[in-house]
Amino acid sequence: MPNLPIYLDYSATTPIDPRVAEKMIPYLTEKFGNPASRSHHFGWEAESAVDAAREEVAKLVNADAKEIVWTSGATESNNLALKGAAHFYSGKGRHLITLKTEHKAVLDTFRELERQGFEATYLDVQEDGLVDLAAFKAALRPDTILASVMLVNNEIGVIQPIAEIGELCRERGIIFHVDAAQATGKLPIDLAQLKVDLMSFSAHKTYGPKGIGALYIRRKPRVRLEAQMHGGGHERGFRSGTLATHQIVGMGEAFRLARLEMDSENARIRVLRDRLHKGLSDIEALYLNGHPTQRVPHNLNLSFAYVEGESMLMAIKDLAVSSGSACTSASLEPSYVLRALGREDELAHSSIRFTLGRFTTEAEIDYAIALLHQKIGKLRELSPLWEMVQEGVDLSTVQWAAH
Amino acid sequence: MFNPVYFDHNASSPLDPAVLCAMLPYLSEQFGNASSRHEYGRAARRALDEAREQVAQAVGAQPSEIVFTSGGSEANNLFIKGVSATYKPGLLAVSAIEHPCVIKPAEQLLKRGWMLRQLPVDRSGRVEPNQYQAVMAQRPQLVSVMYANNETGVLQAVETLASAAKAVGAVFHTDAVQALGKVALDFRQLNAAGVQAMSLSAHKIGGPKGIGALVLDKRLSLEAQIAGGGHERGLRSGTENIAAIVGFGLACQRATEQLSAQAQHLLTLRQQLESGLDKLGMILFSQDAERLPNTVYFACPDIEGETLVAQLDRAGFAVASGAACSSANPEPSHVLRAMGVAAEQARGAVRISLSGQAHCANNAAQIEQFLSTLSATRLKLQRLNAMAV
Repeated sequence: MPNLPIYLDYSATTPIDPRVAEKMIPYLTEKFGNPASRSHHFGWEAESAVDAAREEVAKLVNADAKEIVWTSGATESNNLALKGAAHFYSGKGRHLITLKTEHKAVLDTFRELERQGFEATYLDVQEDGLVDLAAFKAALRPDTILASVMLVNNEIGVIQPIAEIGELCRERGIIFHVDAAQATGKLPIDLAQLKVDLMSFSAHKTYGPKGIGALYIRRKPRVRLEAQMHGGGHERGFRSGTLATHQIVGMGEAFRLARLEMDSENARIRVLRDRLHKGLSDIEALYLNGHPTQRVPHNLNLSFAYVEGESMLMAIKDLAVSSGSACTSASLEPSYVLRALGREDELAHSSIRFTLGRFTTEAEIDYAIALLHQKIGKLRELSPLWEMVQEGVDLSTVQWAAH
Repeated sequence: MFNPVYFDHNASSPLDPAVLCAMLPYLSEQFGNASSRHEYGRAARRALDEAREQVAQAVGAQPSEIVFTSGGSEANNLFIKGVSATYKPGLLAVSAIEHPCVIKPAEQLLKRGWMLRQLPVDRSGRVEPNQYQAVMAQRPQLVSVMYANNETGVLQAVETLASAAKAVGAVFHTDAVQALGKVALDFRQLNAAGVQAMSLSAHKIGGPKGIGALVLDKRLSLEAQIAGGGHERGLRSGTENIAAIVGFGLACQRATEQLSAQAQHLLTLRQQLESGLDKLGMILFSQDAERLPNTVYFACPDIEGETLVAQLDRAGFAVASGAACSSANPEPSHVLRAMGVAAEQARGAVRISLSGQAHCANNAAQIEQFLSTLSATRLKLQRLNAMAV
């Protein structure tokens, strides 16, 4: 029997790969210098480790090391990219475009830019979670300066057509930012081919440490940004602050491993994900959220209709998963991503995101399949709605009395 | 084996092994995201809460007054930009000797219509009280004066300065990155005097790099500078760096516990070092000011600081020239220039910053060895200089 709870929440965060932790430890012990110290060996040693890690991050996405700027994580990368570019290019126009299903780090930054006088379009996605390219093209205006579209969605795992979007943007001189926090190690990224100007990365979604990320800033054609954190002029002035050497080394190693192992790892994870999906497919009134094939192999997002979301989470607490509700303050709100796909609130609340990863085993998947069968069955037995559905009542015609 | 002596603790200090031990579980099996609702997430949340209490306790603050950031630079940026955003553009005053991560954000406000006054310092590096009062009379909205300077170690009369700022309704902030763990900090007492915000960093006190905090009076409104998800009560978004936060919490606790025990040891070492430097004819900066017990700043007449530190590095001593925190900057230290030190002399500046913390404490033998190496190095460089002429 596997250890409980079974971790199936790799899109929230991943464990640090032990090989990564091993690389980090020397920089938490004897190699403690400040990489900005120019007057002694301790500083140079730290600086060269930072340089080597920068090369590794660049290699995973086929970029130049000079195009990589360290940040404290993808949230900061997204903030830096969007505010930095919007402010720098504000003389050219004030219109920005993104999708309704982007991460909060993009959406909240867009809201902030709107308060500062920019105008934003939040595009709907199709039922499968993918952007409609025609709609995207139609939304572009002569004063559009910046577009932001994530490569892989954090909730439903769908892969957006960023190559096509990049073409549309480049033709019009629009800066194109891509949040790739959920993408590294899950699909190949070739920035020499893609017409992407800015790309955000995170370490802790790819078996590296928390608290470190990076922003790719294209050099040819050159993309300019206004820095958002000022000080000692680290990172060629793009981002000041002492570099956390051990975290950077960890990100470098995590991205190196991702480059070397991505193909074989993804094949293995796809088999497990498909096994999970197939194993659950005989459960009635089950819906898959997001495009069935245009998605990363790690993600399975399912709605279990006629099951109350909170009770379901309690019942399957042996599985560490995310639900279709966002816990904001005291209230439970249905996921805005699932709502953007047109899912009813009820169905969004009864959704589970399973995200698999490097350490997921077949035994864990089989345990999850059995547990879900048992618990969903039990919860539905208690559900008056389910009883009505079984009796053939069309719930959409039912008049509910207000309490 | 070549085992250099590390005299650059103000740049970054080695991690306390006890802190590393506390961090390791969060770099391995305790990997949850503190925002997750399952057990992995809740365990991370508990660790986060505990560390917040440790940091708060170490500086006499409430846990709810601590906002974690990626370090001291971010904390300073967050204060200057975040608080100024809630005001109509007005007057901002920062001391002339602030770290660049206060001065540069302050300069950014000029673009938004703010006026900036640099508060001058005297020859020893203390904020000049009369000129400070004159600026206060112009009713600034924001004032920032660092608690202890990273180069000279000079301590400012923060409570007095804050009271004067409070009297004219200004919000007062202090960058306490270099003071934490070296002198006692009591945010309750500082807050009563008028300090409403204080920046901290972990990696100068035996904690990890990549983590710091802004201690914030809750009555002060502040606009977040990193949006997205509403972490840290909406003041700083981004997945919490649990391992580093846990390390920061324990480092704060241990550094403050050791504080009084190490103060005397550091003062003795500083005395030994300064009298030795004096005998060698070195120019000592800020010697008559109240200073951190660990910092000594001096210049060797006729020898470039860069050249000297390079030679000292080869001889096995890691020291800093000017401010080690900023990237390659050929300009003489802005701190010394503000003190009225001639550019030529400022270029010769060398900073020694010691540690008294048990895991990396410097000792008298190292100081003695350093003084004799310095003496020999100087002779060698003087001879080279003479030949060049």
